[in-house]
Amino acid sequence: MNTNTNNDQRLVVEMDQVHKWYGTFHVLKDINLAVQKGERIVVCGPSGSGKSTMIRCINRLEEHQQGRIVVDGTELTNNLKNIAEVRSEVGMVFQHFNLFPHLTVLENCTLGPIWVRKMPKKEAEEIAMDYLSRVKIPEQALKFPGQLSGGQQQRVAIARSLCMAPNVMLFDEPTSALDPEMIKEVLDTMIELAESGMTMICVTHEMGFAKTVADRVIFMDEGEIIEQNEPNAFFDNPQNERTQLFLSQILAH
Amino acid sequence: MSEQSYAPGSHPDLPPPAGQRGAIKWIRENLFSSPTNIVLTLLSIFLVWKIVPPMLDWLVFDSVVDANHRNECREQGTGACWAVIRERFTQLIYGFYPTEHRWRVNLAFVLMLAALLPLLWDKMPGRKTLLWFSAAFPVVGFFLLWGGTVGEIAATIIWIAIFALTFRFFSFAGIGILLAALFVIGALAYFGLPIGINIASWFSDAAVLEPVESAKFGGFMLTVLIGFTGITLSLPLGILLALGRSSNLLIVKAICVGFIEFIRGVPLITLLFIASTLLNYFLPPGTNFDLLLRVMIMVTIFSAAYIAEVVRGGLAALPKGQFEAADATGLTYWESMRLIVLPQALKISIPGIVNTFIGLYKDTTLVLIIGLLDPLGLTQPILADSKWQSLSTELYVFIALFFFISCFAMSRYSLYLERKLDTSHRN
Ligand SMILES: Nc1ncnc2c1ncn2[C@@H]1O[C@H](COP(=O)(O)OP(=O)(O)O)[C@@H](O)[C@H]1O
Ligand SMILES: [Mg+2]
Repeated sequence: MNTNTNNDQRLVVEMDQVHKWYGTFHVLKDINLAVQKGERIVVCGPSGSGKSTMIRCINRLEEHQQGRIVVDGTELTNNLKNIAEVRSEVGMVFQHFNLFPHLTVLENCTLGPIWVRKMPKKEAEEIAMDYLSRVKIPEQALKFPGQLSGGQQQRVAIARSLCMAPNVMLFDEPTSALDPEMIKEVLDTMIELAESGMTMICVTHEMGFAKTVADRVIFMDEGEIIEQNEPNAFFDNPQNERTQLFLSQILAH
Repeated sequence: MSEQSYAPGSHPDLPPPAGQRGAIKWIRENLFSSPTNIVLTLLSIFLVWKIVPPMLDWLVFDSVVDANHRNECREQGTGACWAVIRERFTQLIYGFYPTEHRWRVNLAFVLMLAALLPLLWDKMPGRKTLLWFSAAFPVVGFFLLWGGTVGEIAATIIWIAIFALTFRFFSFAGIGILLAALFVIGALAYFGLPIGINIASWFSDAAVLEPVESAKFGGFMLTVLIGFTGITLSLPLGILLALGRSSNLLIVKAICVGFIEFIRGVPLITLLFIASTLLNYFLPPGTNFDLLLRVMIMVTIFSAAYIAEVVRGGLAALPKGQFEAADATGLTYWESMRLIVLPQALKISIPGIVNTFIGLYKDTTLVLIIGLLDPLGLTQPILADSKWQSLSTELYVFIALFFFISCFAMSRYSLYLERKLDTSHRN
């Protein structure tokens, strides 16, 4: 794969022959993935197939052992400065929200801008309130995460990431810990975000969401990218039999 | 079946039914609710009636305060002879600290309270500025109590400044390099004399405050001194050890584990004996390191080892997601520790930390074994005085009361902190 960057096709994330092992367990096998600015990618696959591990490599929550990962022009190596730079450009939303329970919603959102971006507190608070309004919970700003519903917490988590003005957002099954009636409010927020042009990589099994916003759907199994295609072709005409099996299982009910 | 009083879907929110209150009801429900309960209640009342009045008689009603000799006490009443406390009160507080210098102890004590206040009370007006005073207090307090020359004071300030600058300068570099740098500076400060680093000699050796030997320190002042330094120093040291132990750096981890396991595996008394005898062998010849300081260091590292394990428990109890979210935000190691991890881990550890502190505070009485005159140590000379012979109960009760008040206050403060820091909103 070539790494030439030209202006209208800027690569935000580039994974090049990436391998990773947990001990002797080969968890990621030859991952090649290039994500352009503004692209929306949905990653799906059976549990344990390495989806989380793959996107966690992008902000170095996991270390890869072979291959190259370049995020927004910075290659991830052991260089702490590079890692810090990449992390400040990459937003991440976790399955279990991971809000900081000892800080208020507003403080959760301003922490990164104040400490990483060195932004004055007042400015950070204005920005945070703006994003909290966009995810439709400005009135909860002074509450603690423990006082919010799961859906509200996940929207705070999205706002918290957005406050850092990231170049790319990673979502690791953001709705799978939520009660059914809260899934929609989070998906709506993500759809709005996609429409605003954010580059997104989402691990999710919400196929409706994939059809609505994804530019590309990636199917992983046993640490490999088995198949990728634009959503209509992916769902209507899967090529690989493992993909077919997986789709038949999740669409069965 | 009775009729619904509202149409379906239009039921308003009603206030809950009015509570049934009243003392009689409370008594009936809590004290006389069942035959067993009635028996237990009556039994308790009987025990209280048997124990409390005689105790009060001894402590208060039959006790004697105004007397110059134990025999005078016996003539005036059958209860406690508090006269011994009255006569030896100042000694129980100051030990043998020279009378004309006791104002220094008092001042140090008041300043200590002032230094503690901004630490304990987070909404204090002007807290940020006052915290600087808290940080400076150990040096101020030390020279108030021990006295010292211009040169000694200057040397201390300079070494502390070097330490602080090192900490600032290396803090971005990760815990390994930081600890190594601090260790080197510490070794230089400690063993500097024989290799010719003697900052004190650059300054005048005129005494600012007349030196007082630490052998003269004693009484509750000694308890508070050792307890206060032990508590305030062992907390940060214990936190650093806990972080070191959970670190990925093998050498740092090994050092911290070795230190913690060694210190925890040895009784405090052994460490105190090491402080009083063995430590001199390790010191460069010619340096005379104050015994009390050595004891304070031992007490501090002893409790730091326990604090480290308590804090490690708190760190382990934090969900992994908290570390990951902090990392994903782009915080540095120290930022994520300070802003995310420690506030939560320490909150979980508060009961254990305060438990360790209370243990430390009471363990300060062990110093009597190496000849320091803490309140318990002072009971021997007092009881040896023929005037107050065999009044040990009075002395022990008084000392116990002092310890109980201090420890109870710590325990209450910890409950207050726990409640204040609770943002989990569990019901
Ligand atoms: N820290 C770890 N140590 C060892 N094995 C792990 C670790 N994290 C994940 N795994 C294993 O790696 C595989 C992929 O995990 P993961 O990326 O979480 O899968 P997915 O997100 O697709 O469900 C799983 O088999 C899992 O058991
Ligand atoms: Mg996963």
